[in-house]
Amino acid sequence: MAPCWKDGLFFMHEMSIAQSLLDIIKDEMRKHDATALRSVRLAIGQMSAIVPESLSFCFEVMTSGTDLEGAQLNMDLIPLRGLCRECGLEFEIEGYAFECPHCNSHSIETTAGQGLSIVEIEVD
Amino acid sequence: MKISVVKNILEANDRIARENRAIFDEKDLLVFNLMSSPGAGKTALLEKTISALKKDLSIGVIEGDIQSSQDAERIAETGIPVVQINTGGACHLDGNMIRDTFQEFDFDSMELLVVENVGNLVCPAEFKVGEDFKAMILSVTEGDDKPSKYPLMFRESKVLLINKIDLIPYLDCSVERIREEALKVNPRLAIFEVSCKTGEGLEAWYAWLRNEVTNRRSARD
Repeated sequence: MAPCWKDGLFFMHEMSIAQSLLDIIKDEMRKHDATALRSVRLAIGQMSAIVPESLSFCFEVMTSGTDLEGAQLNMDLIPLRGLCRECGLEFEIEGYAFECPHCNSHSIETTAGQGLSIVEIEVD
Repeated sequence: MKISVVKNILEANDRIARENRAIFDEKDLLVFNLMSSPGAGKTALLEKTISALKKDLSIGVIEGDIQSSQDAERIAETGIPVVQINTGGACHLDGNMIRDTFQEFDFDSMELLVVENVGNLVCPAEFKVGEDFKAMILSVTEGDDKPSKYPLMFRESKVLLINKIDLIPYLDCSVERIREEALKVNPRLAIFEVSCKTGEGLEAWYAWLRNEVTNRRSARD
C-alpha cells in the first residue's frame, strides 16, 4: 500500500473540507490575536454532499493534540430553497424537485441549501 | 469573543478553480469535468469519443485516480496527450491538482480538455476545477434510484450519459425513471442513452459535444 493510506482517513472528502475550515479559522484567529477556540458555527446546505457526523469526526481528528483541541463544532442544516424565475415565488424545495409549486415553471434558482459556509467562531 | 466570519469553506479551492478557468479562457479551451461512480464507463466513453473526434479536434485528457496509471495508459493508446493524477487516497480532484498538470500540456494547440474525475458519485460535485461544465455518466447497472439519492451531482451537471443500455433486457432498471428523476433535479439536463460497448447512441453525444466546442469558439470571436 502507498504511504498516503497510512491513516486510512483520506478517502473522505470531509477531510479536505475540515482542512479548508481549519485554514480559515486559523487565519481569523491570527487576525484577532485569539489564542483559544471555543466553538465554530457552520451552515451546511441540505444539498451539499456533506455528512455532518463525518465532518465532526474529521474536525476532531485534525484538531486533537493541537491548540484547537476541544473546540465545539455546531452545524446548522440549511433547507433547500428556490426562487422561481417566472413568477418570483420563493419556496422550500422538497424531494429535490426543482419545480415551482405555484406556476410549475422549471426555471428555479437555488437561493439556499447548497452551500457550505462558516458563520461564526467563538474565541478567547 | 464571537467573530462573525461568513465565508464559503471551499473558497480557497474556488479561487484556484477561477484562476484555472482564466487560463482556459485565454487559450480558448473547452474543459469538461467527467464524473461517475467507479466502473460506470468514464474511460470507455473517452476512448470512443477521442477515436471519433480526434481527426477534427485536438483533445487532451487529465486522468484522476486514487492509484495506478491504467486509465492513462488506455487513453494514451488513442494517441492524444494524457496526464495521470494519482490522488493518493483523496476521493476527488481539486483545482490545485489540475493546475499542477498544466506544464505537461501545450494548450495553444488544444481545443478540448477532458478531466476524468475519481470514480465517486458524491465528492467530485463539490470541488470545481475550472471547468466549463460537468458531465456525468450513470450506468443502468447502478439502478434507477440514483438521481434522487445523489441529487447534487445531477443538479450540477450539464449533460448525463446513461451508459450500458445494451444490458437493459437483463436488469430491473427503468431508463424512463432515470430520466424523470434526473430532470426533476435538473430540468435543463441534456440526456443521452448510450452503450460504449455496442456504440449505440454515441453519435448524438459526439454531435452535442462538437457543438459545445463550436459554441465555445464562436462565443470568443
